[in-house]
Amino acid sequence: MNATPESRAPLSGSRIRPSAPASVASSVSRISARDVTVHYGPKQAIFDVSIEIPEKSVTAFIGPSGCGKSTFLRCFNRMNDTIEGCKVGGLITIDGDDIHDPSLDVVELRARVGMVFQKPNPFPKSIYDNIAYGPRIHGLVKTKAETDDLVESSLKKAGLWKEVADRLDAPGTGLSGGQQQRLCIARTIATGPEVILMDEPCSALDPIATSIVEDLIHELRAQYTIIIVTHSMQQAARVSQKTAFFHLGKLIEYGETEQIFVNPKEKQTEAYITGRIG
Amino acid sequence: MTSLLIAALVLALMAVAYQQGVSRSKALAGVGRLHSRPQYHGALLALWATLPLLLILFLWLVTSGTLQDWYIAGQIPAEIAPGTSEYAGAAARLRNIASGFGVAGEAQAWETAAGVNLARFNTTLLMAAVGLGAILGVAALVLMRGRLSARMRARNHVEAAIKALLIFCSVVAILTTLGIVVSLVAETLRFFTFVSPVDFFFGTVWNPGYSTTSNDASGSYGMLPLLLGTVMISVIAMAVALPVGLMSAIWLTQYANPRLRNVIKPVIEVLAGIPTIVYGFFALVTVGPALSGLGDLVGLRVNATSALTAGIVMGIMIIPFISSLSDDIIRQVPRAMRDGSLGLGATKSETIRMVIVPAALPGIVGAILLAVSRAIGETMIVVLAAGNAPILRFNPAEPTSTFTVTIVTALTGDADFASPQSLVAFALGLTLFVITLMLNIGALAIVRKYREQYE
Ligand SMILES: Nc1ncnc2c1ncn2[C@@H]1O[C@H](COP(=O)(O)OP(=O)(O)OP(=O)(O)O)[C@@H](O)[C@H]1O
Ligand SMILES: [Mg+2]
Repeated sequence: MNATPESRAPLSGSRIRPSAPASVASSVSRISARDVTVHYGPKQAIFDVSIEIPEKSVTAFIGPSGCGKSTFLRCFNRMNDTIEGCKVGGLITIDGDDIHDPSLDVVELRARVGMVFQKPNPFPKSIYDNIAYGPRIHGLVKTKAETDDLVESSLKKAGLWKEVADRLDAPGTGLSGGQQQRLCIARTIATGPEVILMDEPCSALDPIATSIVEDLIHELRAQYTIIIVTHSMQQAARVSQKTAFFHLGKLIEYGETEQIFVNPKEKQTEAYITGRIG
Repeated sequence: MTSLLIAALVLALMAVAYQQGVSRSKALAGVGRLHSRPQYHGALLALWATLPLLLILFLWLVTSGTLQDWYIAGQIPAEIAPGTSEYAGAAARLRNIASGFGVAGEAQAWETAAGVNLARFNTTLLMAAVGLGAILGVAALVLMRGRLSARMRARNHVEAAIKALLIFCSVVAILTTLGIVVSLVAETLRFFTFVSPVDFFFGTVWNPGYSTTSNDASGSYGMLPLLLGTVMISVIAMAVALPVGLMSAIWLTQYANPRLRNVIKPVIEVLAGIPTIVYGFFALVTVGPALSGLGDLVGLRVNATSALTAGIVMGIMIIPFISSLSDDIIRQVPRAMRDGSLGLGATKSETIRMVIVPAALPGIVGAILLAVSRAIGETMIVVLAAGNAPILRFNPAEPTSTFTVTIVTALTGDADFASPQSLVAFALGLTLFVITLMLNIGALAIVRKYREQYE
């Protein structure tokens, strides 16, 4: 199910994609992907994608539906391992560690690389237990007081504390869609990740809830490395510093968000952001 | 043979009428725009043509017995007075001769002759009914065919007929259930004229005096020993079936690879198709002696037929039930929930223990209640393997008895059906019915609540 070392392409640092501008290297790179391929059974979904994600910044993945954004995003916390018949090739490192290294525990990786899903998916437990779930399984909290503190600080970071402080025992599934999504973000933060992956976190939300989540992303940027998949150009432009454009499983263009939207180098990118493909 | 011929006649009539209706309406299509498609005209005509025949056959069904009686009255010699048991016997003999069953002893000459006459009378009656029905059917066919018109709402009529049929069927189903319950209640009330409900529900001794001569309630009819046996066996069965069934469901849904699952799942479900009588003698021949031997090894006296034997084998019978129900329920837990947990760095088993099973729990509880009500109502295994000893004792290694077993023994004995020894079966059946009904209602309520949770 998961990629075996043999199935991965050999390391070749010399290979530089024409679409990856030199300016990317200017900030410290946190995550690096080299020649990543993903197959679903016989069908290839990602073709030799290489990308450097800088730390403490927001990177947006954009592209038409089915181009492989979610698939590529799931490579970073190896959620593709849980999909039947999915094979990942290539090299992905976080802080220089190969995430497919057999000595690296996938459970530990996922604690470091948190994920917020497209559809809010709170557990059918209380709000409190939803947040405490991750810290408890990772042994981050020992006493009740510690747990209380962590729950409170996570909810505060996610901007949900004021709304739920008086009903932490209520089921998480009883919140509104936007609240649920912030609950899921709080849940992810509570585990103490360094990287947060967000797959269309606002697609199920109304404009108000969306802007709350976007503000939240702005604040989280100071501490976390964030990758966000989005279908909204405006959202990508608003929240991200870097933008990567994918098409049919290939990385077409990657650069500063402003440059991508104002002055795209590739024809396809321009066509997409002006609404001609997609 | 005759019924086959009649069925063929009905079908033929239908086919002809249908074909007539279709062709007629096609012809009408030339005149004006059809309201309904030709098929509906055909179906409507087929209905009209067969309805009289079916009605007359139904009439024949309900009246032929009375008509026969009337005919037989004319055949039996005058010296046998009507109303005596001798008369009833003679009538029964005539019927048997006529139907070709034959009778015990030598048939007298007049009997044989009367029997032949009766047979001929029956045939004539049936033929007349069929003939009349067919004629009326053809008449209806011709009449209605002439009345078909382009604007006729044939589709609506056919839909109405189908609706009527569906309503009829569900009314039959509901009435049957009601009838069963009413008769259970009536017989139970009759039983309570012999034995007081307090003695029945709270008595600790089960020892009905089996006298065939009197209709008195000799002996005691306390159902508590039976209740205890039933509960004990069900608890043992659940103790076996629950862990095995649930864990196999978890393994099948979460761990097994799909190819293996496609082999294993049907194999487990085959267990559900084994007749319970087979489980019964499996218990009697294999499990009972094995348990008893095992008990000897560790110095415990275990009876070969006991609550333990019956319970364990019943548990094995219920495993596929629990496992396939839980399998479906666990599969309904949204994948997003599993991904959410895995995405936080939970291991597979943590995810199962802390997210999937709790999320599926209400549904699993519903499945368990359904399984319990099955265990309580199960008969064959207990009849063979529990030893039928209705004694109030808590040792599962001893023989015991249950509601179901006692019902079987009460009704298969040679006691009069009006005696309390037999009537008690209805009281027990009603109690059993109420218990399983409550369990099922509880299970359904839980399952329904759980369904709403993800919507
Ligand atoms: N579990 C799967 N099994 C097989 N093929 C899959 C699976 N998931 C995705 N794919 C295929 O991989 C390709 C990329 O899918 P992916 O979900 O990554 O697209 P996406 O860019 O996220 O699209 P969207 O914007 O609609 O979410 C698609 O062609 C899709 O059909
Ligand atoms: Mg996607």
